[in-house]
Amino acid sequence: MTIASDPQRESFQLSQLIYDTRYRSMTIQVVALMGFMLFFGWLISNTLTNLNALGKPIDFGFFSEPAGYDINQRLLDYTSQDTHLRAALIGILNTLLIAVMGCALATVLGVLIGVLRLSSNWLISNLMSIYVEMFRNVPVLLWIALIMAVLIEGLPAPRAFRGEDPAATMSFFDTIAVTNRGVYIPEPLFSRSLGDVHFLGAGSLRFDVSLDLMLILAVLFAGLFGARLVKRNADQIQEATGDRPTTWYYTLGLIFGPLLIVLIALGFHLGYPELKGFNFQGGTHMRNSLIALWLALSLYTAAFIAEIVRAGIMSVAKGQSEAASALGLRPGRTMRLVILPQAMRVIIPPMISNYLNLTKNSSLAIAVGYMDVTGTLGGITMNQTGRELECVLLLMLCYLAISLTVSAVMNAYNNKVKLVER
Amino acid sequence: MSDTSSNIAYVRKDMLPQKAPPKTSVGAIGWINANLFSTPANILLSVVSIGFIGYILSGLLPWVFMSVWNADSLNECREIISEAYGSTHGHACWGVIKERWLQLTFGFYPPEHYWRPILAFILLCVTIAPVLFEKVDRRLLIVTAIYPFLMPFLMWGGTIWGPLTAAVGFVIGYFVYKAAAKKFGTLIAVIAAVMLPVIWWLFIAGPVAGLLSGIPIGLEFVESRRFGGFMLSILIGVVAIGCSLPIGIVLALGRQSDLWIVKSICTGFIEFIRGVPLITLLFVASTLLNIFMPPGTNFDIILRVIIMVTLFAAAYMAEVIRGGLAALPKGQYEGADSLGLNYWQAQRLIIMPQALKISIPGIVSTFIGIFKDTVLVSIIGLLDPMGLTNAIRADSAWNGIYWELFAFVAFVFFVFCFSMSRYSMYLERKLKTTH
Repeated sequence: MTIASDPQRESFQLSQLIYDTRYRSMTIQVVALMGFMLFFGWLISNTLTNLNALGKPIDFGFFSEPAGYDINQRLLDYTSQDTHLRAALIGILNTLLIAVMGCALATVLGVLIGVLRLSSNWLISNLMSIYVEMFRNVPVLLWIALIMAVLIEGLPAPRAFRGEDPAATMSFFDTIAVTNRGVYIPEPLFSRSLGDVHFLGAGSLRFDVSLDLMLILAVLFAGLFGARLVKRNADQIQEATGDRPTTWYYTLGLIFGPLLIVLIALGFHLGYPELKGFNFQGGTHMRNSLIALWLALSLYTAAFIAEIVRAGIMSVAKGQSEAASALGLRPGRTMRLVILPQAMRVIIPPMISNYLNLTKNSSLAIAVGYMDVTGTLGGITMNQTGRELECVLLLMLCYLAISLTVSAVMNAYNNKVKLVER
Repeated sequence: MSDTSSNIAYVRKDMLPQKAPPKTSVGAIGWINANLFSTPANILLSVVSIGFIGYILSGLLPWVFMSVWNADSLNECREIISEAYGSTHGHACWGVIKERWLQLTFGFYPPEHYWRPILAFILLCVTIAPVLFEKVDRRLLIVTAIYPFLMPFLMWGGTIWGPLTAAVGFVIGYFVYKAAAKKFGTLIAVIAAVMLPVIWWLFIAGPVAGLLSGIPIGLEFVESRRFGGFMLSILIGVVAIGCSLPIGIVLALGRQSDLWIVKSICTGFIEFIRGVPLITLLFVASTLLNIFMPPGTNFDIILRVIIMVTLFAAAYMAEVIRGGLAALPKGQYEGADSLGLNYWQAQRLIIMPQALKISIPGIVSTFIGIFKDTVLVSIIGLLDPMGLTNAIRADSAWNGIYWELFAFVAFVFFVFCFSMSRYSMYLERKLKTTH
């Protein structure tokens, strides 16, 4: 006969909620959640009461009304008759434009400065330290304003290019005009163009895609893919025989040959800016606001990236490069195969946050009048419609979406190159 | 023959006197050879940079030093410059700084009350001295405790009873904790020490201050819109820096904790704030914060800006501290557990001192970032130094002056930020315990 008895049931007392560590975490969480929800509910009820009192309940209808203001620097077509929604879209594209341009230039400058700061040349390394300290310790808004002032005050007006003996001339073999109204660069034109494809009809989110550009990109990617096949083939031959066949002319031919043929077939030529009347015509006009913002953000962020690159390179132990030399690798291959892959692991995570910082700092465009999303949605649209809550919330949402996307993409890349530990 | 052979010494018995090293490897020439002209590439780099430095200095030095200090307008400046040097370009007109430096420092603060921000600034130095440097007398920490209540009183003025009753709340909390901890245990003491001051602030402090206001002790009230210049930048920066560190620590602990709900709330807050630019938060401060509050609330624009900047800074601070917490070896947490310390004791005595030490460089660079970001308030119309440069240019006497103002503002910011970064290096060296 077996006597089975349940373990003695523990009696539950209310004080256990606080004093028993098994229940205490539950209690804390429930209290925190209730406090949080109460606080949020309080904010929302206040907001609704206030908005009702002001007579403007939350309403996104203003997005379909005509915006009524111009945006001079834009990637898609836009007139002042277009809606606020389209103005916001143009603004988002401008934000992305400045972010991409800024990140590219900042990376190039930052890597260069970071490497030069490690140079054995005393003069160069100190010059670069001065650069880094100078840009890191002064607000970026000041740099934007300063560079804007340099562009407006320091560059020649378009009329200086006029006459027999002009005070200013165009640079780069008469192709680029640098004036105090902006920089005019040659634009790509196609005499036998394939035309555009229009998407989304006449809606606020309509956009055109140039078939020429698509074709060129497709050919370029095909070429790059071919070059990779060639490289893989060469690797296999090297593995098998020890000799690496010379492939650079295949690679060059595969990438540039088809591209050249397509460009000629499309009738590619450059449209140069020309002085007509009081201003330059033709070419692509990059306004001062864009240039000032681009240069200032890039120079500022480059100082931070330089420090990251320097720390990354210094973090690779000296034994690594010595071991690589002992294996007989040449300096170039040592850098490419041994040092950089290890330095990248240290460099990439802070680099992500600097790219994000640059994107967020691009919102300072409002100080120089570049119409990014802060200038359109958070600036003129907000002031014209008086819909502060809707505009600011959407503005935050835009930046949040951009930030989260960038960090997701970069984190995926980071996970790919990360050291796999046990 | 044998005679001579025995005398041949083929091993030298005494040292030759040391020769001086070659002239090209010592002294200035040796240094130049090793550091500037060691390889062809280095020679090229050196020559290019010498040329660059020469070009910059040849423009900068005359601009800074062959300049005009005594002038009342830009036109007068240009006249003096063209008389003295022939051309109007390439020479600074520091007259604008000489005339407007008080405005750039204090904004439109009433001049007869300038002693108040100055006193507040001196007290600020006294306040942070014992925090920053070990050698300073510890008793000065009393000033540190009083300062948060004294500073607003000095800056804004008004009756003294407002800040005083607010301070009394903290005193009540302290004594309630002391008394209750012995009788009822820590938990109830903490709850009581939070609840009683809140009751005091919400219901009793107002009437008491109202009663006491009959006794007129106070300073003349200065409106917020008169604040400006570096005073405003330092005010926003100091308050945001001071408040963001504790909030950041709490957020970081929340994000690291095992409690799922607390963790999600903290993570959500941090990621949200870090995902949006400061300027959108300042828009919230200038347009929305009043809408979020109960109807009829209308609180000060500078206070609103400070709240948003503090929240912004706290989110960044939390991430820096979280990095420090994550960098601590797990053994430290386990060691604290094995000693039988509870969560808060372990944090206070073992985890936080080490985590904060690890994150000093990040904390200071966040501080520098906040201080630099205070110039953004010029975009929502506050008159910080950047906003004042526009205000000064709006004056017809100084219309068209850019470089001198920007150079001055940049220089002051550089001095503040650079000394902060040097201090963090000093602190890192001081706290370093490894060899």
